[in-house]
Amino acid sequence: MILTAYLKKLGFDVTVAVDGRDGLDRLRGMEKADVVLVDWNMPELDGISFVRAVRAQPAYAALPLMMVTTNTELSNVSEALGAGADEYVMKPFTADMIREKLELLGFPV
Amino acid sequence: MTLRAAMSSSDFNYIRNLVRGQSALTLDPGKEYLVESRLDPLARHEGFPSYHQLVATLRFGPFRDLHRKVVEAMTTNETSFFRDARVFAMLAKSILPALVAGRSAERSLNIWCAACSTGQEPYSVAMLLRECQPSLERWNIRILASDISRNVLTRAHAGRYNQMEVNRGLPAHLLVRYFEQHGQWWEIRPEIRRMVEFRETNLIQPWHDLPGMHVILMRNVLIYLDLETKRTILERAGRLLDRRGYLLLGGAETTMNLDDSFEPVSFEGAVCFRRRQT
Repeated sequence: MILTAYLKKLGFDVTVAVDGRDGLDRLRGMEKADVVLVDWNMPELDGISFVRAVRAQPAYAALPLMMVTTNTELSNVSEALGAGADEYVMKPFTADMIREKLELLGFPV
Repeated sequence: MTLRAAMSSSDFNYIRNLVRGQSALTLDPGKEYLVESRLDPLARHEGFPSYHQLVATLRFGPFRDLHRKVVEAMTTNETSFFRDARVFAMLAKSILPALVAGRSAERSLNIWCAACSTGQEPYSVAMLLRECQPSLERWNIRILASDISRNVLTRAHAGRYNQMEVNRGLPAHLLVRYFEQHGQWWEIRPEIRRMVEFRETNLIQPWHDLPGMHVILMRNVLIYLDLETKRTILERAGRLLDRRGYLLLGGAETTMNLDDSFEPVSFEGAVCFRRRQT
C-alpha cells in the first residue's frame, strides 16, 4: 500500500498483484509495463521465481525489474541479480530510496 | 508534557559567532531550534545537564576541543552514494573520458571531494573509476576527501555503512561487487577504501599540501556560507584547479556573480564549471 502510494505520487499508473502467479497474469494482460517492483516472499510463486519466469520470456528481456524485500543478505542481492533483477531495495525503505533506485533504472522522477 | 524556555538570544549569538568564526557557516536568526537540537545531545554526551551549562563553559574558557565539537555539531552531513545521478553520469560519460584522453601522457589524475561527510561521495567516485575507466589501473590516481568534522571522517575512513545508507542511491550490482556484509553492517572492500585518502580540512583555513586538482567536488558547501567566504573559496579553488579541470558544485550553487574566472558547462543534463580560457 505504501509503495503504491509512493509510485502514484511519482506519476506512475500502478497495477497491483497479490502474488507472483497473479503478477505474471497481470503482466501478460498489460499492453505495456515500464517497470515491475516485486517482493521476494509471496505465496503461490515467490519473487525470485517470478523474476526468472519474466526473464525467460524474450518480450520482457529489457523490462526493468526491482526487488523490494525484507531479505537483507548479500547472497540474496546476488541471487536476485543473477536471476535477472536490475535493482534491489531492502526493507524498510523510504520514498527517497524508491525514487533514487527508479532514477538508476533511467526514470526521470 | 514539559515546556522549556527557548534558547536565549545571548546563547544563540555566542554560538552563532563561534560557528561563523571557526567555519564561516551562517546561522540566521530563527535557527535557534536547530542549534538547540544539535547542542542538546552533545551536552549530554559531554556530561552537562543541558546545553545552557555547555554554553556557559564555552564562554568562559579558552578555545579547546569542546569548542571544536560544537562547531562540528552545527555542520550538515547529509549525503548518499551517487547523490544526484546526473552528476555521476556527467563524470562517467563526459568529464572522465575527456580527462583520460587529455592526460594520457602524464597518466595521473587528482580528484578532491572537499566536503566528503561520511565518505559516500569519494567512494562513489572510486567505484565509478573502477567501473568506467578500468584502463586507469596503471595511472597514478589520487582521490583526496576532506571534511571539517573529525566524527564524520572517522566514519568515512572506516567505510562501514548501515542498511539504510547502502539502500540509498547505490546500484545493487555495485553493492555486490564492492561491499562485504558483517552482520548489520556493510563494509566497502579494501581495494576501494585504499583508493581514497581522508584528511581534516577547514575550508576557511589555508589549504595546506593540496596538489593541483583535475576535478573538485565541492557540492552543497557554498549554500551555507556568506558571500565574502564564497568568493574567497571559489578564488582558491580556481587557483588549485588545473587549466583543463572541472569544478562540481551542488544543484543550487553557481559561480555566476561570484567569480568570473569560471564559466558553466553543461553535460548529460548537469552543470559543472571550468576555468575561463583567456
